[in-house]
Amino acid sequence: MSIVNPAARILPSSSRLRIEIGVIAAIAAVVLIVLPVLNMQGVVSNFTINLWGKYLSFALLAISVDLLWGATGLLSLGQALFFSLGGYMHGMYLMRMIGDLGQYKKPIPDFLVFLGWTELPSFWKPFDSFAFAIAMVILVPGLLAFVFGYLAFRSRIKGVYFSILTQALTYAASIMFFRNNLLLGGNNGFTDFKFILGYNLLEPATQRGLYIVTGVVLLLTYIFCRWLRSTKFGLVQRAIRDGENRVLFSGYAAANYKLFVFVVAAIIASVGGALYTPQVGIINPSAMTTDKSLEAVVWVAVGGRGTLLGPILGAIGVNWLKSWATRAYPDQWLIFLGGLFIIVVLFLPGGIVSLPKRMAALFGFHGTKREKTTAAEPETETATATAIETAASIETTKG
Amino acid sequence: MAHPILNVEEVTKTYDGFKAISTLNFYLYEGELRTVIGPNGAGKTTFFDLITGRAKPDQGNIKFGPSDAPSHDLTALNEYEINRLGIGRKFQTPSVYSEHTVWDNLVLSLAGSRGVFASLFHRLKSSDHDRLDELLNLIRLSDKRSWKAGQLAHGEKQWLEIGMLLASDPKVLLIDEPAAGMTDEETHRTGELLLSLAGKHSLIVIEHDMTFVKQIAQQNTITVLHQGTVLFEGRFDEVQENPTVRHVYLGRGKSK
Repeated sequence: MSIVNPAARILPSSSRLRIEIGVIAAIAAVVLIVLPVLNMQGVVSNFTINLWGKYLSFALLAISVDLLWGATGLLSLGQALFFSLGGYMHGMYLMRMIGDLGQYKKPIPDFLVFLGWTELPSFWKPFDSFAFAIAMVILVPGLLAFVFGYLAFRSRIKGVYFSILTQALTYAASIMFFRNNLLLGGNNGFTDFKFILGYNLLEPATQRGLYIVTGVVLLLTYIFCRWLRSTKFGLVQRAIRDGENRVLFSGYAAANYKLFVFVVAAIIASVGGALYTPQVGIINPSAMTTDKSLEAVVWVAVGGRGTLLGPILGAIGVNWLKSWATRAYPDQWLIFLGGLFIIVVLFLPGGIVSLPKRMAALFGFHGTKREKTTAAEPETETATATAIETAASIETTKG
Repeated sequence: MAHPILNVEEVTKTYDGFKAISTLNFYLYEGELRTVIGPNGAGKTTFFDLITGRAKPDQGNIKFGPSDAPSHDLTALNEYEINRLGIGRKFQTPSVYSEHTVWDNLVLSLAGSRGVFASLFHRLKSSDHDRLDELLNLIRLSDKRSWKAGQLAHGEKQWLEIGMLLASDPKVLLIDEPAAGMTDEETHRTGELLLSLAGKHSLIVIEHDMTFVKQIAQQNTITVLHQGTVLFEGRFDEVQENPTVRHVYLGRGKSK
């Protein structure tokens, strides 16, 4: 191992970054310029744009999972909850914008009329304001994550116990949201949205606008996370993942760092949910079940845990596959997903983003094959170990 | 002698009925290099756990009282608070961030703010760069600064962790078996390094290798722990000649 030339260790990381920036710029150009233009000219269908809007909001959810699991070693199974909360907060505004165009032609949401309400419950009133709803998209999940995280990290809850707790939190919340007397639509949640900021949601132009906003938010989130990674904070974050004890004995209050990441991740997931709701046209408690959190974990694993670019590719790729598979083989989708996860864990622990490197190592492109493989060995080993460990912990939490 | 920087008085720690530490009294003086020896299970690592806040004593006091700063009751503080007072610890098995480069390992250990928001906008000053270069030279890892710590040999990891400890410029260094896994030459160099640190820092070194103990103890005091309490304190020769010590420890053929 000592034969590895240190210079060879600096070069790949900087060129890898250059490649990543290139990939991101290419994706951004296609997503933000090419697709919308083609859509305006009728080449790309409105359905496709809408579908991609959904993928991009899922990519935000994937980033939130990666920020916790990939970069900090915290496998949170509560990200679907934060995603849904964002969806609900924005959904409340969208419900108010229906006005009296609902089935019952009353100025309050249909489900409230159905429950016998004649007036709007007071906590609904401020949601007439878009700005208030957006503030809640950030504050509600942020605050919940802060309180939950404060208690969990103070008590030094770690590893699989943290996963189980976040899962329990999500489960409890979904039960709560299923109840009619929470006055948030119960079982059916929110749907039949009509307007956003005065624009008709059924217009292709509105959907295209939402899609572009989602793309821009995703790009900004990506840049923010890249920046976070480059700071000393990012160093501490990954140090916590690899050796929390050393971090504590080096004078860092690891709990505060984890709390910060947990809150930031909750907000990112929530913003994803807020963008998802008007594009998909529905938000209900089934969006906050643990399966959804687990699905996001699979996207991250498939894309490449801890790589930031990987989770975005994973979220888009797996959901694209899902859209196809649920139409072509509706009953086999879950088997597809499970199989995909197993294949990645066993044969591609670094995910999609590690494919080029794998190929290079396999075919010895750079003439430094031996050096490369020796250098990559410990990395791959730990990756396999963590992937297997994760698979095991998911297994236990799911059962 | 000088001012005691660490006062451990009447400390007892029990795990499931087993007395790991039993009415222990221990004083470390400023600038001293103290070697702690003792057979397996004597409570050496628990002793470090108690000082660094990883474990809390059932009874007794642990006070940190440097002459140039207010004194603190360590039993009321947790790991990172104790570290911030200037007590650094090197673990028995090298504990470095294996996915970080050698350089980043040291950056994380450098003295300075440990806050979340400060870390977001942290920049290395040119004096920090000089300090890091100096440390890299000292631990002989200058040409491996961009290696991942996980790729270093065992002995190099030990040195890196010592370097990380020094980067935070602590008043007291607690070092658990620094020579484990090192070649004889590396062990000797480690000994020289530790000796050079004494005076400016106060050190407690736990060690098994008697050649190494002899090298670093020289005119310094050795504490022999046995069944969680101090069996004997004295110079190397005195320890070697003491019949009780010979019986519980050296008598088992540990002396090289």
